[in-house]
Amino acid sequence: MALTKKRMALFAVLLTVGFFVAFFFLPESIVGERGENLMFFAPKIAFLAITASMAAVFILVIIFRRDYINSQVFALNRYKYLLRLMIKRDFITKYRKSMLGIIWSILNPLLMMLVMMFVFQYLFRMTIDNFPVYFLGGRLIFGLFEESTSMGMNSIINNEAIIKKVYVPKYIFPVAQVTTSLVNVFFTFIAFMLIFIITGAPFHWTMFLIPIPIIYTFVFSLGLVMLLSSLVVFFRDMQYLWGVFTTMLFFLTPIMYSVEATIQEAFLPFYGLNPLYHFVTYFRMLTMWNTIPDLWANMVCIGYALASLCIGSYVFMKKQDRFLLHL
Amino acid sequence: MGNIAIDVDNVSMMFHLTRDKITGLKEYMIKMLKRQIEFEEFWALRNVSFSVEKGEVFGIMGLNGAGKSTLLKIISGVFKPTIGQVSVVGELVPLLELGTGFDPEFSARDNIYMNGAMYGRSPHEMESIFAEIMDFAELWEFQDVSLKNFSTGMTARLGFAVATSVKPEVLIIDEILGVGDYKFQQKCVGRISNMISGGTTVLLVSHDFNIIQAMCSRAILLDRGRTACLGTVDKVAEVYGNISG
Repeated sequence: MALTKKRMALFAVLLTVGFFVAFFFLPESIVGERGENLMFFAPKIAFLAITASMAAVFILVIIFRRDYINSQVFALNRYKYLLRLMIKRDFITKYRKSMLGIIWSILNPLLMMLVMMFVFQYLFRMTIDNFPVYFLGGRLIFGLFEESTSMGMNSIINNEAIIKKVYVPKYIFPVAQVTTSLVNVFFTFIAFMLIFIITGAPFHWTMFLIPIPIIYTFVFSLGLVMLLSSLVVFFRDMQYLWGVFTTMLFFLTPIMYSVEATIQEAFLPFYGLNPLYHFVTYFRMLTMWNTIPDLWANMVCIGYALASLCIGSYVFMKKQDRFLLHL
Repeated sequence: MGNIAIDVDNVSMMFHLTRDKITGLKEYMIKMLKRQIEFEEFWALRNVSFSVEKGEVFGIMGLNGAGKSTLLKIISGVFKPTIGQVSVVGELVPLLELGTGFDPEFSARDNIYMNGAMYGRSPHEMESIFAEIMDFAELWEFQDVSLKNFSTGMTARLGFAVATSVKPEVLIIDEILGVGDYKFQQKCVGRISNMISGGTTVLLVSHDFNIIQAMCSRAILLDRGRTACLGTVDKVAEVYGNISG
């Protein structure tokens, strides 16, 4: 049976209804808190159902139309090797001519951690259990987001010379840049594990799920980079604007403080609007609090990531033919 | 019609020329509110149509600014035409500028692999043609030297060797036969002739009429974006003489 748009839409609607009914009767431990009354619970479940069916359709399309997507949309077989080389190039470029090279990727978070420890634990006298691990976990997720967006948003304008001369699918540039940042996360993770072991933090089996929040953040960042890199072509101001915005986000995301202990209750609901808050919390649930995030927490992350990816790639595909005229 | 390699169907390309380039969001907003954004429509190409058969060597001529490069970029897929369609059968390698996508910090070897990948080659294929490229460019002793230490001529030689090594079905050559010294030029011409006799379709762009006449059978002459003449080389030569004279 061919996977036409009409059938997919129908399928998505059916799936949403199905999920809605199913989630309604699931126990709280999986779905998350039910809240006081149905008025709050029903929209929450509706959101869950929509996100879940979106994710399901997404996965289905990827599985069943893999060949079509590979060959027609991405020409991936042809450019797989280029993608690999670009990632390698971006990676080498980053550490070219520095004496310590890749070690900086491990050293940088550790140094940051020392500064933060000094400021927040000794000057501000804040008490967070095992602050080094708390901070590094937050930084790992936020670092992936920050590095990939700030580097990735320039990926189109930096590769102007290639885009103007050879036909290469343009999505390669942002994808390569974000994947490079993903490789970098591996080194931050080494720093994280080092501190984890040194501070004697208890090991939990939930830690094997660590790739999940990283994948969420990766997909979220990728979508954002697609959007940003196409906007930058038309408005170069975005570079500076985004710099300010990420600094803002850094302070609005609980990386060096804890939301529960420091934030006034009135502001708490707004924290849910920040996608990074969810990714960071997800990561800490696995590494520090020994809990497996419930369905709700997962769906919020997936919802943000997919929305970002859809909007980003849509804008990118729509605008990519006009990049050249503005470079 | 089974053996058409390139089909250019009624292609027009329009550029917006803004009087003063708007680069900032603020500026854009102000101008938009004041309705001051003025575009000047500039048609680099208008209603150009022609088709090239497989194995043919086709010349594109015209004075500066006639739209030759725009046309080549459209055929190679870099630009999308405003109106009209272009279809190319088979693999195409454009030699618009030698050494495109070379990274000056990387060695000749890395650049060759990178460049091959841009034309959609696999690492396996690249391994098998690497030696051939080095032989042709005569740069064996510099294979691990950063490209930034290469002379212009060396870079051009490498670029030519990479681009032609992949044996494309369609080759686009834009004024690049003036590469390197006389000896290397002869080598380039030799290689292109080999490819032509091997059945490769070639689009050749040049100001130099002698080259076109020596290599092509048919040609198109562009004049400010319009087709001034399309036909045999001799016919085009006559019109070209009139325009440039």
